[in-house]
Amino acid sequence: MSHDATADTAASPAQLNLPPDSVGLVTPQTFVFDEPLELSCGRTLDHYQLMVETYGTLNADASNAILICHALSGHHHVAGYHSLEDRKPGWWDSAVGPGKPIDTNKFFVVGLNNLGGCHGSSGPTSINPATGQPFGPDFPIVTVKDWVTAQARLADRLGIQRWAVVIGGSLGGMQALQWSIDYPERLANAMVIASAPKLSAQNIAFNEVARQAISKDPEFHQGRYADHHSYPKVGLMLARMVGHITYLSDEAMREKFGRELKRGKLSFEFDVDFQVESYLHYQGEQFSTAFDANAYLLMTKALDYFDPASEYDDDLAAALSRAQCRFMLMSFTTDWRFSPERSREIVNALVVAGKDVSYAEIDAPQGHDAFLLPIPRYMELMQTYLNRVASDLNIIPAVQGGQP
Amino acid sequence: MMLRPDLQLIQQWVRPGTRVLDLGCGDGALLDYLKQHKQVSGYGLEIDPANIRRCVDRGVCVLEQNLDKGLANFRDNTFDMVLMSQALQTLHRPDQALEEMLRVGRECIITFPNFGHWRNRLHLAGIGRMPVSKFLPYEWYDTPNIHFCTFRDFEQLCRERGIAILERTVVDSEHQDNWASRYLPNLLGEVAIYRVSR
Repeated sequence: MSHDATADTAASPAQLNLPPDSVGLVTPQTFVFDEPLELSCGRTLDHYQLMVETYGTLNADASNAILICHALSGHHHVAGYHSLEDRKPGWWDSAVGPGKPIDTNKFFVVGLNNLGGCHGSSGPTSINPATGQPFGPDFPIVTVKDWVTAQARLADRLGIQRWAVVIGGSLGGMQALQWSIDYPERLANAMVIASAPKLSAQNIAFNEVARQAISKDPEFHQGRYADHHSYPKVGLMLARMVGHITYLSDEAMREKFGRELKRGKLSFEFDVDFQVESYLHYQGEQFSTAFDANAYLLMTKALDYFDPASEYDDDLAAALSRAQCRFMLMSFTTDWRFSPERSREIVNALVVAGKDVSYAEIDAPQGHDAFLLPIPRYMELMQTYLNRVASDLNIIPAVQGGQP
Repeated sequence: MMLRPDLQLIQQWVRPGTRVLDLGCGDGALLDYLKQHKQVSGYGLEIDPANIRRCVDRGVCVLEQNLDKGLANFRDNTFDMVLMSQALQTLHRPDQALEEMLRVGRECIITFPNFGHWRNRLHLAGIGRMPVSKFLPYEWYDTPNIHFCTFRDFEQLCRERGIAILERTVVDSEHQDNWASRYLPNLLGEVAIYRVSR
């Protein structure tokens, strides 16, 4: 069984004028599942679909597969371009491609949009078969555990019995951890980046502000905004603005904006004066047109509810004692949303459980955002780890740009 | 696999199948050796990014952690042995580090240079300046070695703290055992390897 996302495009990235280390033009695929999925909330999804993108080629013994789990606002489009008109590649293009740290010459890389998302997988914008109308606020609340169950079914469908690595940053790292607990025999490595074993009260508080901003927007209509041909634009903007502040460090904001003025002088009005305000407005505006409000509420709840130790008397080491994979954890020094201390909690629990774990604290000024950026030490360490994985699993690299 | 001579001395004292913590594990050569030859499991602590990457490359478990910030994140008796080569004299509080090592591990193996070696004594007494040599190549102001001691100093500390010295080997700067360092260790020995416990 072979999956090659670039198979239907004859031209190489170079011929298309794309960077040579790009995965090139890619086409998402939809996987439909008819086996009912029992969710943590007690409800069941009878049918659902997952939007998936893959890069590279699955080898004969299906030993070279990497799953990339996305964070709060991510999706299946991890790398490459959907069309030559795309202004930007996938969200982690800097890390995924031929010769890049997640090397598609060696690995078969799978990205998906999680359940409850708004990028093609079943979620609030999908049609509810019971009513013939979009689910809207009726889409069940899904958890990290539910996502991992759905991802395991996707692995079955792709013919992957055991992932070489499950990788994720932030909320994605939580999925990698959950994988190691729920399906210990189905992954060889978990790479958990800028993540946490559960959210802190401060983190939940930020999420609640975001949710309140959305649900108190007059255009929210209890989540049935689609029926009113509207959407809570202002609420989504506010939610994203709060989020963005927490993703950047104080230092990064000072570096990026300082107190620079938008029009060169103070306006003495309650309008935008400083560049940082303008930036937040822009980010909020962009996000509000691209993300569904109900999906955003769901994603923040999945974050809040994640707490694998809760089923083990709040003993994280006991929860992780089931794991059989090797772990690589990384954090960033100025990340205060998912601080290095939170990663160290996971590391300490893994040490108590006697698991194979390595941990690096990357010196980076960018805050939580750092996990998405091509910071040299971060990228080099990831590459070194994955090269080691490839050699441990006897993965033979494909010939550059061709089939193995 | 060729192991650095001081690490070669340490590895001889590590029992097979044990769980170890290597403080300041460098490029992970010792842990790699112990894993392959003695089925030893464990972790190295390191702060140098290049060394951390070398450990990851070898498949050695390495944790980025500053020894000066202590070992409070490890529970009592997590390890059979705690190893530390040539780092004791670089710590802010070597005494506290020693106590912590004996809390998280049952036994410790420690190596450090002997400041009481005759060449150091001669340098200080004769020239009146801090010794600089091929073996200790730093000036007083840029040296990472901020807490030098002699073998006698270390043994005094162990006595005061109720720490038992189980074994000691004294060698020269090439890590060779010779008659001189056995005869007058605190004067003629350059490096000591101690195995200690509570």
